[in-house]
Amino acid sequence: MSRIAELFGRKSSRVLNVYCTAGFPALESTLPVMQALQQHGADLIELGMPYSDPLADGPVIQASSMKALENGMTIAVLLGQLKEMRKTVQVPVVLMGYMNPVLQYGFERFCKEASEAGVDGLILPDLPAYEFETEYGAVIKKYGLDFIFLVTPETSDERILALDKLSSGFLYAVSSSSTTGKDKNMADQETYFNKLKQMQLKNPVLIGFGIKDKATFTAASSYANGAIIGTAYIKALEQANGNVAQPTQQFLESILQ
Amino acid sequence: MGTTTFQQPDTQGYYGPFGGAYIPEMLHRNVEELRSRYLDIMQEAGFQKEFQQLLRDYVGRPTPLFLAERLSKHYNTPVYLKREDLNHTGAHKINNAIGQVLLAQRLGKKRIIAETGAGQHGVATATVCALKGIECIVYMGSKDIERQAPNVARMRMLGATVIPATSGSQTLKDATNEAIRDWINNPTDTHYVIGSVVGPHPYPDMVARFQSVISEETRAQLKEQTGKELPTRVIACVGGGSNAAGAFYHFLDEPSVELVAVEAAGHGVYSGLSAATTQLGKPGVLHGSKSLVMQTEDGQVVEPHSISAGLDYPGIGPLHAHLFNSGRGSFLSATDDDAVQAAFLLCKLEGIIPALESSHALAALTQLKLQPNEATVLCLSGRGDKDLATYMKRLD
Repeated sequence: MSRIAELFGRKSSRVLNVYCTAGFPALESTLPVMQALQQHGADLIELGMPYSDPLADGPVIQASSMKALENGMTIAVLLGQLKEMRKTVQVPVVLMGYMNPVLQYGFERFCKEASEAGVDGLILPDLPAYEFETEYGAVIKKYGLDFIFLVTPETSDERILALDKLSSGFLYAVSSSSTTGKDKNMADQETYFNKLKQMQLKNPVLIGFGIKDKATFTAASSYANGAIIGTAYIKALEQANGNVAQPTQQFLESILQ
Repeated sequence: MGTTTFQQPDTQGYYGPFGGAYIPEMLHRNVEELRSRYLDIMQEAGFQKEFQQLLRDYVGRPTPLFLAERLSKHYNTPVYLKREDLNHTGAHKINNAIGQVLLAQRLGKKRIIAETGAGQHGVATATVCALKGIECIVYMGSKDIERQAPNVARMRMLGATVIPATSGSQTLKDATNEAIRDWINNPTDTHYVIGSVVGPHPYPDMVARFQSVISEETRAQLKEQTGKELPTRVIACVGGGSNAAGAFYHFLDEPSVELVAVEAAGHGVYSGLSAATTQLGKPGVLHGSKSLVMQTEDGQVVEPHSISAGLDYPGIGPLHAHLFNSGRGSFLSATDDDAVQAAFLLCKLEGIIPALESSHALAALTQLKLQPNEATVLCLSGRGDKDLATYMKRLD
């Protein structure tokens, strides 16, 4: 059983997935951030692979990507850092990024090395369903990685079912039609969340985009198996000068306690 | 995959190995709505009537195909200039802007967004939005806003809101990112007017179709003027590639016609300051399609350089990547200096001040083996008024 399946088998509500850009705030922050996230209660970690042109991201995550690139983060550096990951990190880890850097690294080589390092799944928002089915999905499966598709309030019911079928691990429900870090009123999305709940999807559902504090995490968790926090955590790290453990503890306590 | 013609991408939007729609799910509904309806709308009699009427009465089409006699004498071969510079707003960009805004109206969209580099596409889109009374927002890199002040003023006079793109390298690619993000955040009432044959399917095909009027007219005009069915070759400059796509379109599947695409070599292809994507790029994904992309070994997109802001783009449309890859197109490049010299030559010999972009196409005439019994068509995509500041610096 995969680490992600094992997690949801054990815990089906208030699952907290925290996003951080790899190599942020410092190049060597990747592992300390993951260790701190695990220690203070994150159930799952989503590591962002920085890219020069992150279409789906708002200004805060864009800025963290630029900073990580300036710090020297690349896929090769990241996969090198992750080789040591499983000595200290037991929670599931998914890599999030955009197609171009992955294609340059070599799609199969990337999947192979990520899998060998102990990565559990991938989120590549600009890998379309058609190309997944005809070309890349088989490679991802070959290396035992889960692949997580996104759905939004604009996604038709038929398409939600299709993307759920293609996904494994969990389904990423974007809370509103927006880039990351936008504040939109979650109450407006109630119909959409309730619909997802009633669709009897194959995968657990985590809600992301706009989840930033205890109130929004609790609200999202009432509709789904849990939620994903990114922008708010990056902001918390931005304000800490180099030390990642303390702001991570503070941030997670503000959400979970 | 696999296409039988160069004109038509396959059902997934692929030209050979290039194209597709590499978009996040947040864009799926908008792009899918466009994909499922663009061909039907473009074929409606009412749409065609309004489009053709505006091209004629507002833009001033057909543009002349002009035998440039003194230039022809200089190169000892007949050179016909397709005068897109005579269009309203000064370039071919207006053909596509009109088409897409009319299409957006039929999709019930109330708000138009666009990206722009030098400002030509932004001005064209703002112009059509003013004509139609539609809200228009143009994203422009904050560096380009400083460099292209007259076009920023034009867009504002035309009622558009110009929003600076402050992310990344603050130029065209970042303006495109910001426009895409705006579309993600406004998923129901907005249409994104992309200015070139780039972006996710169906944009490359749709923009090529709107620009195809260039080669449609060329073909008829050449026949009328010379009795020849086909030219020997067609030359056009390529940044993203919209004027080239339009100038090539009706010759793509005529193998006897040589298609010459001219990229911007900046200070020299390998100088580190260049925008010659087919020479320097590798297969990758940028702005929603798979094509050739100028990038680092790690897959980060790099900032290109050209004296011409309209060619200063790190990608190229998937149709052109396929023309390059398959050998159907000949890809040349011209440096900043080559382009400026070619512009001055055209001024002196023909009394036409060309846009810096089009000057790259003119510069290719020095690189080709031209014969007296041929017919070369060159797409003069725009006029040079917007480039006077650059030309003035080089006048001595």
